[in-house]
Amino acid sequence: MTKQIHLAAHFPGVNNTTVWSDPASGSQIDFDSFRHLAQTAERGKFDFFFLAEGLRLREAKGRIHDLDVVGRPESLTVLSALAAVTTHLGLAATVNSTFNEPYEVARRLATLDHLSGGRAAWNVVTSFDAFTGENFRRGGFLAEADRYTRAKEFLDTARELWDSWATDAVAADAESGRFLRPGGVTPFRHQGRHFDISGLFNVPRGPQGHPVIIQAGDSDEGREFAASSADVIFSRHSKLEEGRAFYHDVKRRLAKYGRRPEDLKILPAVTYVLGDTEAEAAERAREIRRAQVSPQTAIYFLEAVWGRDLSGYDPDGPLPDVEPNLDEGVTKGHAAFRRDRGELVAKWRALAAEKNLSIRELAIEVSSPQTFIGTPRTVADEIDHFVQTDAADGFIFVPHLTPGGLDDLVDKVVPLLQEKGVFRADYTGPTLRDHLGLAPRTPNRTEED
Amino acid sequence: MTLHLAVALDGAGWHPAAWRAEGARPDRLFTPGYWAELVTEAERGLLDLVTFEDGLGLQSSHLNEPDGRLDQVRGRLDAVLIASRVAPLTSRIGLVPTATTTHTEPFHVAIGIASLDHISRGRAGWRPQISGRPDYVAHFGRRPPFPPQDFSPDRSPEFARHLRDLFDEAADAVEVARRLWDSWEDDAEIRDVATGRFIDRDKLHYIDFTGRWFSVKGPSITPRSPQGQPLVTSLAHERLPYEFAAKASDVVYVTPRDREDAAAIVEQVRAAEAAVGRTEPPLRILADLVVFLDERDAAGRKARLDDLDGAELVSDAHIFTGTPGELAGLLLDWREAGLAGFRLRPGVLPHDLTAITRGLVPELQGAGAFRTAYDTGDLRGRFGLARPANRYAA
Repeated sequence: MTKQIHLAAHFPGVNNTTVWSDPASGSQIDFDSFRHLAQTAERGKFDFFFLAEGLRLREAKGRIHDLDVVGRPESLTVLSALAAVTTHLGLAATVNSTFNEPYEVARRLATLDHLSGGRAAWNVVTSFDAFTGENFRRGGFLAEADRYTRAKEFLDTARELWDSWATDAVAADAESGRFLRPGGVTPFRHQGRHFDISGLFNVPRGPQGHPVIIQAGDSDEGREFAASSADVIFSRHSKLEEGRAFYHDVKRRLAKYGRRPEDLKILPAVTYVLGDTEAEAAERAREIRRAQVSPQTAIYFLEAVWGRDLSGYDPDGPLPDVEPNLDEGVTKGHAAFRRDRGELVAKWRALAAEKNLSIRELAIEVSSPQTFIGTPRTVADEIDHFVQTDAADGFIFVPHLTPGGLDDLVDKVVPLLQEKGVFRADYTGPTLRDHLGLAPRTPNRTEED
Repeated sequence: MTLHLAVALDGAGWHPAAWRAEGARPDRLFTPGYWAELVTEAERGLLDLVTFEDGLGLQSSHLNEPDGRLDQVRGRLDAVLIASRVAPLTSRIGLVPTATTTHTEPFHVAIGIASLDHISRGRAGWRPQISGRPDYVAHFGRRPPFPPQDFSPDRSPEFARHLRDLFDEAADAVEVARRLWDSWEDDAEIRDVATGRFIDRDKLHYIDFTGRWFSVKGPSITPRSPQGQPLVTSLAHERLPYEFAAKASDVVYVTPRDREDAAAIVEQVRAAEAAVGRTEPPLRILADLVVFLDERDAAGRKARLDDLDGAELVSDAHIFTGTPGELAGLLLDWREAGLAGFRLRPGVLPHDLTAITRGLVPELQGAGAFRTAYDTGDLRGRFGLARPANRYAA
């Protein structure tokens, strides 16, 4: 059977993949940039629009990292505003389960679900670094080993809060004088390792019951968490073979939780470049890679792995001959490069020697190339092939440009997918659960009357 | 001088039986359209700003525990998100959500309000509010139990001490927000291709706040917003919150019973400013009033709502019933006590809001006491407050 593709759009990230030096690059903070990207995604009938999170500015060598795009709004606040300028597009926020409490996150997500008419989604992430903790009351209290127990208990607790209001709890019947139905709001009580809370929740159940839950973890524990609890996986496996392996591994885990394969959508994050010809697309892809990896960024990449200051080296010259300092890191708040740095240095040296690469060329070579490069036709075919051969259920597209980075995808590729009959020509329901083909959360009703 | 006129939005209105009144739409309280209609109506009336109430628990008519009542509005949406939801649908009116300082993270609140200021292009405010209810503490499970609330003059020393702590914590939360709002200089984004730098990191600043309740390193993740410092407003009834306002706020809402009381309160607010050594421009003082407005028999309408609720309406603020013309007279009289304006709490929505925008506003305009078109500036500018210099700029 032909699978229907799911598409999502990621607001260009706070990292070096977002090109800011291009004359077409606009503001990363002005609401019009968010509006343009979201409305473009909705014009393309995308499932949802996704915002990442970063609660502390990254640092390098003890100072704020200054080479990449930086600065962003609070996710839920901007998504609530986008709800006013879109009608169907799902609105996904990354919200940390470490530096928040379930009561507040549950009420803000339920609020977004109400204010968007059932379009809210929550990417559940967990930080364990003391560095980010310095911006928050409890500091860096969470051990790395506890991050999934925290995330799982946080999500379970949020679900208990959402379920504490019956679907029909609000009667609003002026005649009888009953605003709430008897038994419509039940007290919650959660006692667990991370949370011991009780009382009354104060937001009525949202149109979707529960917002769509997104999870991005890749470890065995992360996959298990997603299989048990998530509706969507934001995956990193954007290559065909590893995508298939990941897909099969995760989908087979669902049965033991009483879930069907279609209950969890796997959406790898991907990038793309289009051209009128293959050659033109490849040339554009190269230009974009060079803009993403400036000479300074290339040195920064190497410093993160070497663990020492390499500012004296020529980015267009050979790799540093100095040995890496494996005891110390120079970057903070940057998830990559946390492990196996010695191995990486050896690998990179071999690669540079083999291909005669400069520092900058190596940095371009070893950081992710664009996932899809080609004409609209070949890219559409490739997207479809990925999905039909079970490497994914769809994709989260990460444009390299704000705000125009989705324009050509929506104008040129989406119509081809629609022509193939593998992507919706229009939305068929109002909620994000409708777009994703997810069952609504079982309504819970009061049993009176 | 034009009066400042704000409207406080909460649920179906400030009368507990408002949701049962004629014209009320209690089935729509949790829909975006309900809020969009109210705020666009307020903007049609050229009002300075609207405030949105909030709280981290279910409403209750009891001070310290749930009341179990089913006959009043219960449940509410997050106020910052409501304000943000209506921002793209409006263009001039100020949007001032309540956000609690007691159980929340100052960092999250600060970036939420800064984001609202970006989205609304300089129309964001914040009403920081303490949460003293003992029953809400268990919603978070992070703090020892709170003593019961008791606002009588002979309150227990334990509660008095606790209340002071909550206000001190709130002042710290506002201080953190204000530092975070300044932690990016306006021209920090440089996009300098020659050096490969997106920002000039010398124009980003750690705030290094350390206090009794939290410490926050900074900088913010959100660039400085259009107003620089969004408008901070607070509600105050006595000396302690007057001092909090004098330390933290730009605008204070007070609750006089009459003109003489208003004059006395203005004096107390000015004394509080002196006591805390305020260096900012003086607080803009707005008096809160609950209003029921009709051309005939507003008092009768209110009385019928009292009957439905089973009790006469009680409020911290003066309750006015009468015609829009009579209210205009009262406002013009009370302002002489030194008030910059008023925050009106409509008894019933949308009825009493519409009476304000279409009845009261023309009366005030006729008296030359209210604007006939919006100014072009931001929300601070509307209150005569300049865009402040950045505290960290060299």
